[in-house]
Amino acid sequence: MSPRHGIVPRLKRKKIQEAVTSGKRMDGRELEDYREIVVKSNVIEKAEGSAEVFLGDTRVMVGIKIKCGAPFEDTPNAGVIICNAEFVPIASPNFEPGPPREESIELARVVDRGLRSAEVVDFSKLAIIPGKYVYVINVDIYILNHAGNLIDASAIAALAALRGTMKPVYKVKDGEVLLTDKKKPLKAEKMPVAVTLVKIGDSLILDPSADEEEVMDARLTVTVDEDGNVCTIQKSGTYGLTIEEIGKAINIAVEKATEIRSKITGND
Amino acid sequence: MSKKKKSKRKKKWERIDGREANELRPIKIESGVLPNADGSAYIEMGRNKIIVGVFGPGEMHPKHLAKPHKAVLRCRYHMAPFSVDPRRSPAPSRRDTEIGMVMRYSLEPAIFLERYPRSCIEVYAEVLQADGGTRCASINAATVALVDAGIPMRDLVVSCAAGKYNGRVILDLGDYEDKEGEADVPVAYMPKLGEVTLLQMDGILSAEELEKCINLSIEGCNQIYEMQREALKKKYGIEKEEN
Repeated sequence: MSPRHGIVPRLKRKKIQEAVTSGKRMDGRELEDYREIVVKSNVIEKAEGSAEVFLGDTRVMVGIKIKCGAPFEDTPNAGVIICNAEFVPIASPNFEPGPPREESIELARVVDRGLRSAEVVDFSKLAIIPGKYVYVINVDIYILNHAGNLIDASAIAALAALRGTMKPVYKVKDGEVLLTDKKKPLKAEKMPVAVTLVKIGDSLILDPSADEEEVMDARLTVTVDEDGNVCTIQKSGTYGLTIEEIGKAINIAVEKATEIRSKITGND
Repeated sequence: MSKKKKSKRKKKWERIDGREANELRPIKIESGVLPNADGSAYIEMGRNKIIVGVFGPGEMHPKHLAKPHKAVLRCRYHMAPFSVDPRRSPAPSRRDTEIGMVMRYSLEPAIFLERYPRSCIEVYAEVLQADGGTRCASINAATVALVDAGIPMRDLVVSCAAGKYNGRVILDLGDYEDKEGEADVPVAYMPKLGEVTLLQMDGILSAEELEKCINLSIEGCNQIYEMQREALKKKYGIEKEEN
């Protein structure tokens, strides 16, 4: 990062740490509170599916594009899902135009792994000509305002977008794939939700703001499906976590995921 | 069968979306939509959806590009991968670079750049959905975002296109009319100063038709000018009265 005004002065760092130690946060939240989540579905008519998610001041848009393409070599009969994240410069004074940075690649991959491991869509039903042509689902994550916890907001947006996605129907004639005017629901039935915790001092807090992310010691993202199974874990940050802390974090995540999931289903 | 339909449409001179020849698409402008930007605006022009953020005036990076006597204006135009059909690569294309450049040329004359020597003002336009005329819509939103950022300006820059479709001069071409039509003339204009800051054309037009297109564009610009003012008043109007 090349902070221009995003740098948190040392005083602020101390203040955040002190507040968290005494069980409070700078924005008045409890340690395990999420900011308000607002989900808007189908905001882009030209995309096959889309959603915009507000998580406090964090704002993320996801657009889904579907085309017919070649399968991965190791799964010739399964559909393909590709996640990509763009940190566009309007989202933060610290984002600059240019090739994707580490953070955006990490974000896309964590969301991607969540969707893939939970089998959000039954990929085995997405072959058009098995071994040759399959549905290719592009999930493009667009960060519009960065106010912390981009992973959770993006995972919610990706899921909400997929749930409203209509896939184009292809027909096969003489070994050739032809696009028809018809559309069918994609049927995203599984619901993986990402829950991110950060460790500041000895406390674990949920849904970190941008300032809290800057002063955090460690971060753990846990993706949980609707049966309470963990699908993805991603740890980052410069310090380690104890086994107890990880156990506690996973319990909190499983519990919170239910709450977040209801925000998404409430919007369908 | 399809031929019959086509000729019927020609007879009635109907536009795809049923608009009059000199009618704009519905426009919605909102200012101050991005908390992290110094100024911002969101515009919907028909099905175009564009969000613009302005940062600065701030330090120029890299430093050797700074100008000793004025600020540098940087514009970036970028399209979301899901903004068009089929999906588009997020890497900037040559078209994006060119539109960023023409946005700069359109906006520069309106800004008092000489008040901020050695600094940089950045305008970032992100196209969330494209439906023909994105450069015009981006310029309209960028102006509002610049004002929102508190950057002193000589006038608002308004932009609108006219063109020729099915042999007739029409205002504010939609995506289909832009692609299938004979010509497209995007214009940017400063209504108070009466100066045109952007003029492009592609297609084939007679001199007479071109003049018609420009005049029609300016007519459209004057209408959008009022909408820009409304958007800004909505955000700042009440504050002003209190002062």
